[in-house]
Amino acid sequence: MTDWHAIITYWAVITLLVFGLYIVTASSNLVKKIIGLNIFQAAVFVMYISMAKILNGTAPIITDKINEFSAYSNPLPHVLILTAIVVGVSTTALGLALIVRIKQSYNTIEETEIRQQEQTEKE
Amino acid sequence: MFICVIGISLLRNLFAGAILLSVYSLLAACLFIIMDAVDVAFTEAAVGAGISTILVLATILYTGQECQRHIKIKWAPLVLSLAVGGLLIYGTMDIPAYGKKDNPIHQYKVTKNYLEKSQKETGAPNIVTVILASKRGYDTLGEVVVVFCAGIGVLLLLGGFKRKSKNKLNTTNETDNEEVPS
Repeated sequence: MTDWHAIITYWAVITLLVFGLYIVTASSNLVKKIIGLNIFQAAVFVMYISMAKILNGTAPIITDKINEFSAYSNPLPHVLILTAIVVGVSTTALGLALIVRIKQSYNTIEETEIRQQEQTEKE
Repeated sequence: MFICVIGISLLRNLFAGAILLSVYSLLAACLFIIMDAVDVAFTEAAVGAGISTILVLATILYTGQECQRHIKIKWAPLVLSLAVGGLLIYGTMDIPAYGKKDNPIHQYKVTKNYLEKSQKETGAPNIVTVILASKRGYDTLGEVVVVFCAGIGVLLLLGGFKRKSKNKLNTTNETDNEEVPS
């Protein structure tokens, strides 16, 4: 096992991730679920970026002054997360559009009330 | 950051939730700058803190601000999330330490190749840009396709309703809008 302060960033990420997961699963409001999903997503992004970091390193932009730093941080996770952020926003937009339509159809965005309406519909 | 997240999970007002989400994204962007990922920080600040918040606020405008409060804690989701968290913490026991130069991720030869050769090959000093636009161009093309599909989906979902609502006024039937208009 490594030193505790060496993995404390990962624990912080995991805490955020657990909060996001709890908001997604526990809240019955659909907009709040989307907000929770965003929290979850950003926590995963922070985890990827923290893997790429080198202490005393610098951003992966080629300079002549590299001797002042120990190394460039790893650019590959940065690229992946750049893509993931944009894709995450498009899924958020799609989910929110669905919510607007649900509101127009059922006149509520609470999951429990929608279920009640469906129940009464069947009976 | 933690305060924001706890606030979101406790607050009932969705407007406050949206603003706190924006603050959370901005703090995430600050973290990215600390971790030497400047390009990602730009994107997160612009897209995560900006566009996401605008989208959520626009939705709240349609749907109303208040959401039901559940004072009692729901146990099943709590146990589920804590179990996932526990498993992940168990997973971190073997993870390489934060910020060490000799971690496996920094030893991988593709990374070294990118770091050493990309400026000679393309002439751009920013390696993230080189990988995004040149070496993994197909990846970025796929990303653009995803955004395009999402845009079409949103337009279909929101634009299709207007046509339907006209029919609805005649029939006064409230619940048959499940299918997506093609």
